[in-house]
Amino acid sequence: MGSIIGTMGCSSSVADRKSENVIRAAILIQKWYRFTMARLEMRRRYSLSIFQSIEYADEQDQLQLSNFFTFMLDHCTHPDSVSQIFTSPSAPQVVDEDLCLKEFEKKIDVPDSYYGPRLSFPLTVEDANALLHAFRNEQLLHARYVLQLLSETRRVLKEMPNITHLSTSYSKEITVCGDLHGNLDDLLLIFYKNGLPSEQNRYVFNGDFVDRGKNSMEILIILFAFLLIYPNDLHLNRGNHEDYIMNLRYGFTKEVSKKYKDHWKQILCLLRDVFSWLPLATIIDSKVLILHGGISDTTDLDFLNALERNKLKSLMRPPKSVKERQDQTEKRIPTTKPSKHIANQHVAGKTQHNSSSGFPEPSGSNLPPDPALKEWKQILDILWSDPRSQNGCTPNKSRGGGCYFGPDVTAKLFERYNLKMLIRSHEFKPEGYEISHDGKVITIFSASNYYEEGSNRGAYIKLNPELIPRFVQYQVSKFTRRKNLRERVGTIESSALKSLREKIYAHKSELTSAFAQYDVNGTGRISVNDWAAAMESVLQLELPWRMLRSQLAQMNPDGEVDFMSCFYDLKMGQPTKEAQPALAETLCRYRKDLEIIFNIIDKDHSGLISLEEFSQTWRLFTSHLGIDVQDDSIDKLVLSIDYNKDGHIDFSEFLEAFHVVHRLEKKATS
Amino acid sequence: VFTGLVADIQRKITEAFEVFDRESNKTVDVREIGCIVRSLGCFPNEAEVQELLAQIEVEEPDGFVHLKNFLPVMTRVLLDKRFRPIPEDVILHAFESLKGYLPRQSVILCCLSGEPFTQEEMEDMLAVALDPETNTLHYRDYRVKLVVDETKTFPFNV
Repeated sequence: MGSIIGTMGCSSSVADRKSENVIRAAILIQKWYRFTMARLEMRRRYSLSIFQSIEYADEQDQLQLSNFFTFMLDHCTHPDSVSQIFTSPSAPQVVDEDLCLKEFEKKIDVPDSYYGPRLSFPLTVEDANALLHAFRNEQLLHARYVLQLLSETRRVLKEMPNITHLSTSYSKEITVCGDLHGNLDDLLLIFYKNGLPSEQNRYVFNGDFVDRGKNSMEILIILFAFLLIYPNDLHLNRGNHEDYIMNLRYGFTKEVSKKYKDHWKQILCLLRDVFSWLPLATIIDSKVLILHGGISDTTDLDFLNALERNKLKSLMRPPKSVKERQDQTEKRIPTTKPSKHIANQHVAGKTQHNSSSGFPEPSGSNLPPDPALKEWKQILDILWSDPRSQNGCTPNKSRGGGCYFGPDVTAKLFERYNLKMLIRSHEFKPEGYEISHDGKVITIFSASNYYEEGSNRGAYIKLNPELIPRFVQYQVSKFTRRKNLRERVGTIESSALKSLREKIYAHKSELTSAFAQYDVNGTGRISVNDWAAAMESVLQLELPWRMLRSQLAQMNPDGEVDFMSCFYDLKMGQPTKEAQPALAETLCRYRKDLEIIFNIIDKDHSGLISLEEFSQTWRLFTSHLGIDVQDDSIDKLVLSIDYNKDGHIDFSEFLEAFHVVHRLEKKATS
Repeated sequence: VFTGLVADIQRKITEAFEVFDRESNKTVDVREIGCIVRSLGCFPNEAEVQELLAQIEVEEPDGFVHLKNFLPVMTRVLLDKRFRPIPEDVILHAFESLKGYLPRQSVILCCLSGEPFTQEEMEDMLAVALDPETNTLHYRDYRVKLVVDETKTFPFNV
């Protein structure tokens, strides 16, 4: 540190010594500052890591839920069984194709008291502006107009091919946007910075418009409105969240049912169709391929262009061939514990073929290749895959679907189809975009603050006629004063840790017994290494446990972890004296899944379900998961909650009891 | 006991490394090495970080460092307790010769001397370090901001 300065000290004048001190002080300040910044960066990174690994783990759980539905469809044939509910979709029959605008006008009345936008078809720019204005002021579009809009959108989308071809010849630049996930503020910000869509201002939106954020419906309305006004200038690609089963879990279904209490079923039914009619990809100047997820080593663009895309309403389950349905009735019922690594899953009595897509395929390698299966896999790959820097194409084990594709896969595809660039979305990026595969693959992500206020920027691409991309970044902020870095990291970190603590609490029994195995002498303390090993093996999250330890558990002066301190600050929402701890935990852990299931059962969305329906469903669910729960324990619990003894309980209230509350916080307001 | 210590240290290093390992393939961008080293409790200046990098093989042309190359070098650093934090009294002494505070211009000068900050580093520094009313850096306040935070959140005690 002092080497440079040492040689300067020939004359010992006061001035020299003073400047020496200043430089020494400067270097000290810099050292400390860089030190602090590095630690801040570490905290930021592991917070994002926590968010992301929990998100991916949830996505894998989502697959479990679909497996559960499949399980119920296959094995519950008793006519009175509640599973009959699952044989038909949660929404009623497909809305009649011939139902046109006039029919909606006749059937649905718009009261005079409604001051929102009143759309008239064909739509014009005035309608679009009215919508933007209304949504900025948090108004809702009336259900009749929503249905009319969706019906028209379906009509227009049906005319479009699976892969849209665009050319830059007559327009200035084309703007490509990535995931929005219900963040209306981001869409409004993009339009503010970049202008509204028009013949001179073309846009491609690359999927995942819905789920997670609270304005998915408004985003769809705006995008579909502009699609109807400028069908040649606003283009939409389907994302993996344009899928009704994903929507059940990730919030869109709930959003619609809350905003449109009388018409949500019709709307969701129509949306299911609309989503399946969204194009799969866009190609610009035959050189730039734009699609939501990625590619695999078997991606076949010609095949993709030719298939009937609307047949696949959801990608969460492989389609069944007739033969396979016959086979299945003879085989043993598979019951497995949820496995986080789908690629390694082995189901009793039935080995699963795991293609490069990863989702378990029905067995039957002796069968001729099933065209429906090929279609499913091709679309799954382009909507779910992620690029990686290693060569090759391997199952995407963090998501449980699609694959990881390397630079060699990209190069081969480019050579085959004479492409220059692949623009995709699907993955969160702190800067809103990322370039990989030596400049050939661009990820564009347009939902800023995705995990938490301050977690990331959003971005969009401006593609000029030479097909050179330019990136524009932004970040929506609720606060007028820009928070400094430390404050931002603090917010992200505490939010991430809160999610992590909830997961910890939901696995309390398993964790406690894992800890106990290391605690041979029953002291209540184990080494940091053992604690970290137990956390990782139970929660199945690859996180820097040693670094997180100080936030999650207490350590005594000897350097050992008091493992029960993990649970000190957490407790259940309401005292549930009737529930055994194991049952309470199970309900807590599967709270989200149960909510989805109950929403399906509760057909009239009254919020009430009969005790009998609940019992049956609960038994099926736990047997599917291989959880041993005593039969009468759930009955006792449920009876204790049915206060007015009318045979029905309010399930939202019931589930609220199993919501984890942090001791130092007031009751959750979400 | 010694091998236990080495194993412990290696686990800590691996954990810190993996936080920056974007694709879970045991490599990090070479530009993150300084950050990783500092978050393990070390206190090097920029020249020292570069020296360290010279000892680690960097995969060209992308500039990636593999864990297997980083681990032995970093283990050595932690075992030898290199790059320890400067004792408080030394810093205090340095500042007292400057009357305990620095005006904004001097802070900027500091940022640009020694091992110069980037524009972003300097802006962040000024935002955090300067007292908004007097536009000066008061060492005692600054120190409090830096130090108090760390003991609360940082677990590594090597």
